[in-house]
Amino acid sequence: MAPTSDPQTMQRSYLWQDGTLRSWLLTTDHKRIALLYMASITAFFVLGSLGAALIRLHLISPTGAILSDETYSRMFTMHGIVMVWLFLVPSIPVTLGNFLVPLMLGAPDLAFPRLNLISWYLFVMAGALVVYGLFRGGLETGWTFYTPLSTDYTQGRVLPVVAGVFLSGFSSIATGVNFIISIHQLRAPGLTWYRLPLMLWALYATSVIFVLATPVLSITLVLLAFEHVFHVGVFDPALGGDPLLFQHLFWFYSHPAVYIMILPGMGVVSEVVSTFCHKPVFGYRFVAWSSISIAAIGFLVWGHHMFVAGTSLYAAVVFSMLSFLVSVPSAIKVFNWLGTMHGGAIRLDAPMLYALGFIGLFTVGGLTGLFLASLASDVHLTQTYFVVAHFHYIMVGGMVSAYFAGLHYWWPKITGRMYPEMWGRTAAALLFFGFNLTFFPQFLLGYEGMPRRYATYPAQFQVLNVLSSAGASILALAYILPLIYFIWSLFRGARATANPWQATGLEWRTSSPPPTENFIEPPVVTHDAYDYAALDHPAPAPQAEPPHV
Amino acid sequence: MSEHLAPYDSPRHRDETAIAGMWLFLASEILLFGGLFLIFVVYSHTRAAGWALGVRHTNLMIGGINTALLLTSSMAYTLGVDAARNENARGVILAGLSAAGLGVTFLCLKGWEWHTELADHLFPGPGFALGGPQAGGAQLFYSFYFLSTALHGLHMLVGIGLIGWICLRTYRGRSAPLIAMPVEVVGLYWSFVDLVWVLLFPVLYLIGRV
Ligand code: HEM
Ligand SMILES: [Cu+2]
Repeated sequence: MAPTSDPQTMQRSYLWQDGTLRSWLLTTDHKRIALLYMASITAFFVLGSLGAALIRLHLISPTGAILSDETYSRMFTMHGIVMVWLFLVPSIPVTLGNFLVPLMLGAPDLAFPRLNLISWYLFVMAGALVVYGLFRGGLETGWTFYTPLSTDYTQGRVLPVVAGVFLSGFSSIATGVNFIISIHQLRAPGLTWYRLPLMLWALYATSVIFVLATPVLSITLVLLAFEHVFHVGVFDPALGGDPLLFQHLFWFYSHPAVYIMILPGMGVVSEVVSTFCHKPVFGYRFVAWSSISIAAIGFLVWGHHMFVAGTSLYAAVVFSMLSFLVSVPSAIKVFNWLGTMHGGAIRLDAPMLYALGFIGLFTVGGLTGLFLASLASDVHLTQTYFVVAHFHYIMVGGMVSAYFAGLHYWWPKITGRMYPEMWGRTAAALLFFGFNLTFFPQFLLGYEGMPRRYATYPAQFQVLNVLSSAGASILALAYILPLIYFIWSLFRGARATANPWQATGLEWRTSSPPPTENFIEPPVVTHDAYDYAALDHPAPAPQAEPPHV
Repeated sequence: MSEHLAPYDSPRHRDETAIAGMWLFLASEILLFGGLFLIFVVYSHTRAAGWALGVRHTNLMIGGINTALLLTSSMAYTLGVDAARNENARGVILAGLSAAGLGVTFLCLKGWEWHTELADHLFPGPGFALGGPQAGGAQLFYSFYFLSTALHGLHMLVGIGLIGWICLRTYRGRSAPLIAMPVEVVGLYWSFVDLVWVLLFPVLYLIGRV
């Protein structure tokens, strides 16, 4: 057993070994970079949430309460762009992923530590460009930048924002390359592929999407900027181009990217569910390969965003069927988590509550995806609040819940302190309640035909809109609470032991917080992931066992 | 604590890791250029006549010479990789300088080509030189032409910089044993830049010319 986090462990840990600002800004330690990222994406999350708050406040009244129509468009654009590219796409991979990949592999760092630091600087520059563009007027195109609105008709600041999103792509690619190569090259002795924690399978699949989808977005944005700056035809039909080509290119990235925004969450939930049921994940190999197949099939379904855009019926039918197919591996995961819980002694600590929230909300989001993937119902539902509710159930209900599950779960490892459990559970319950109150009415609104992206709406929709806005304020509280008690716990939280949850991963074998080199003794793996029997009844001298590969 | 512990077991492990990283990055690059080639695939079909009109106005002479230059440059650098494996520092520097020199010549020719094209009003936009019913397709071609050559040129610049860095570090480290890995990693990149041009050349200069 590694020592508990007494003052000595703290002294030796990555957090305190060298406390100068310079050592933080030039660090190549993946754990510190994870914290740098965490600070940055938290700032962007706050910014994006302020946008959401203004949107919901505005929609309390059918005529729009506070913003002009023009400002409203700029507000939802800013909300979408900041949340997607500066928060959700990086979220779990760059924070928990950066922190955990080497620890879970039993390695001292990622394969390319300096590249990791560069990726953070790229991300910060990207964020600065986007924020500059947004505060110098913003833009009204929505997060999807559809042409020719974004190239020829916009009066907003397209160029800095697009340049920022472009740069952030390279930061994603760097992270993806780093994770994939690390998982291939840096596994500890005995850590075979089928012994990897499912979090790593999920991050591997995510990284494949980072590496193979992001460059397509990059080139699309270059083409967009070219058309915008020189007013020459690439996508603009008036200049001979084809606007559908933009949509194909954009969604070829952005559909896989929605899986960037869910796969890491699935990885976190697999870890949490297993730990708090004290049982191995049911059907490990199915869960592992379902991540890979989600990433693979995810590349083949982008056309479902263009059913009413004038693509051919045959293409639409094929894309519809493929979209149904991509939900199969997602369903496998949900059933396997349920199978894991079945008969387990479930502990309902905060991480588990968040994970349970994830499972429920993700299921609703996934099932409503099938409504949208069916051609006939999509014609009715597309461009309505139904779509908005669908993806918020997955991205906010799912991914953000998973991010919080992971933060609570690994907080003791990251900081050496426990968060206050009661407050954690309260926040998790508030989040579930507030989330549903915010977004469930939006399904009804969309079903009744309220279009998205309008600043005003017919009076008959007001009740549901007010409910939604009320929910949003509860949701805001559920996000502010952890911010407060996490910071509080840094100073006052109980000191954490090395393995406070009786979990099996390698990261729990080192002290909390870990030393700079991660492991004093390089670990050797002799068991499958989630082998609780071995954890509860350790062999007399585990180190003496020969490493087998 | 600016330099954190290296996570490798051995020099060999480190080299394998770096080379694998470069391959993966190149996979990403393929998709970057792949998106661009989609423009070619689509518009050279939907706007075939105008596209071909554009192709006929490119300078086949310069394009051909440049192709030869770049292929030779790639070969020169590959000899340098071979020299690195034999720990021959002089060979690496010589090969690097010739590869970079050929690359710079390529860029100068390319710049000159651009210059004549701009002078001939072939940059798409209001003053575009080619009139008639096919002007739209020809403009699309030239949008593609300028973007793809610019993006490729940017990659060339990065590559030349990297080769310069290889030459410099090899020169500085003459007395120590030569590590082939960085030379190989840059070689992968340089070959990729070459390969992109090998695909761009027929697309910009040949297909649709006759
Ligand atoms: C279970 C598999 C899924 C299916 C079958 C599915 C299906 C769809 C369909 C057909 C649309 C287009 C609706 C329209 O515009 O008419 C859509 C929109 C969307 N989906 Fe999903 N989806 C699935 C999972 C996800 C996941 C996992 C995420 C995110 C993490 C996600 C995020 C989105 C977003 C952001 C949009 C809206 C894009 C926009 O127009 O702004 N979806 N989905
Ligand atoms: Cu999609």
